[in-house]
Amino acid sequence: MHEVDMTRCLLLSMGEWKQQHAPRQPRVSTVHLQVGAFTCVEPDQLVFTWEAAVQGSWLAGARLAIEPVPLLGRCVLCSSTYAPLQEQGYRSPCCNHPMEEIVSGRELRIRSVEYALDDPPANASLPSSSTSTCVPCA
Amino acid sequence: MHMPLEDTLGLNLLAANQHQAEHNRDHFDAWNLLCLNVMSSPGAGKTSLLERSLAALAGEFAMAVLEGDMTTQLDAQRLEAVGVPVVPITTGRACHLDAAMVSGGLRLLRQRLDPASLDLLWVENVGNLVCPAEFEVGEHRKVALLSVTEGDDKPLKYPVMFREADCVLITKVDLLPHLPVEVERIEAHVRQVNPHCAVIRVSATSGEGLATWHGWLREQRAALAAVPSAPPLVGVA
Repeated sequence: MHEVDMTRCLLLSMGEWKQQHAPRQPRVSTVHLQVGAFTCVEPDQLVFTWEAAVQGSWLAGARLAIEPVPLLGRCVLCSSTYAPLQEQGYRSPCCNHPMEEIVSGRELRIRSVEYALDDPPANASLPSSSTSTCVPCA
Repeated sequence: MHMPLEDTLGLNLLAANQHQAEHNRDHFDAWNLLCLNVMSSPGAGKTSLLERSLAALAGEFAMAVLEGDMTTQLDAQRLEAVGVPVVPITTGRACHLDAAMVSGGLRLLRQRLDPASLDLLWVENVGNLVCPAEFEVGEHRKVALLSVTEGDDKPLKYPVMFREADCVLITKVDLLPHLPVEVERIEAHVRQVNPHCAVIRVSATSGEGLATWHGWLREQRAALAAVPSAPPLVGVA
């Protein structure tokens, strides 16, 4: 269940992003990810662990939207793009060549964040519940 | 009013791990040591191979091992017996080592020796063919083991691991006469997902292929040692 660790790293990365807006508090509605088909990540499990991890944190209620990215290879012999298939041993159908060049499918990317910015507090009296509770990766 | 906003990040999901991995690698480079991340499924023979390689190379290279193990220190005890410093990293429930765990292991290692005195640092990952492939720890080279008893379809079933490897060791080849397995098929399947990596047949029991494997290691070590004196790429016409 390495999606737990993936989520932990994602929360750390989001924490770094949040710092850019300090002292204003971003309220995140959606985090858009791109997850390639040629990675070890199961999108459904990532959403599941995300929903558990953000509860009670500054990201509570934020939705994780995952855009799957298909595996595409480029045949180095004839330059055509193809969808490598496990049952064909990832070979190119055009020239029966091994999967040498990967065009897409290795993505594990935070594409964008949808959010609203709260107005900065008139005087320093931020509600303590809005502070980050990111779990360190270590 | 709160305006809906959108920031485009394009940031790696594992950016936090990546930053720590790069930090680890900076240390390795400053110490001029070659770090190898050794990965495989459980029981493919990582520890047995390390026992043989550590013993064979001890006179040639100063080495240490960071030993990832989910809950026990059994592997670390086996490797300590060879006479090489071993730092066990008990990962608990985590099914892979990440860069922060390796950083913690480095801190413990530094209490025992000066890492700059080392030539090779081995990181024996947790037995798992899936996620160790995604979590860099700062290694210079990834080595994946696949034993002949696991079947020839594994490179196609776990393609990310074998795609990412710089060297794939086909282990336990001494068992081939007893198995309905064609080693050529295993190698061909590795090549289908990773046409250019080194593929070496080895047996920790019979010693077959170890000379070739150690030759590959020497080449990697020499290539690393050559880097500091190489001209920087930036500014080269």
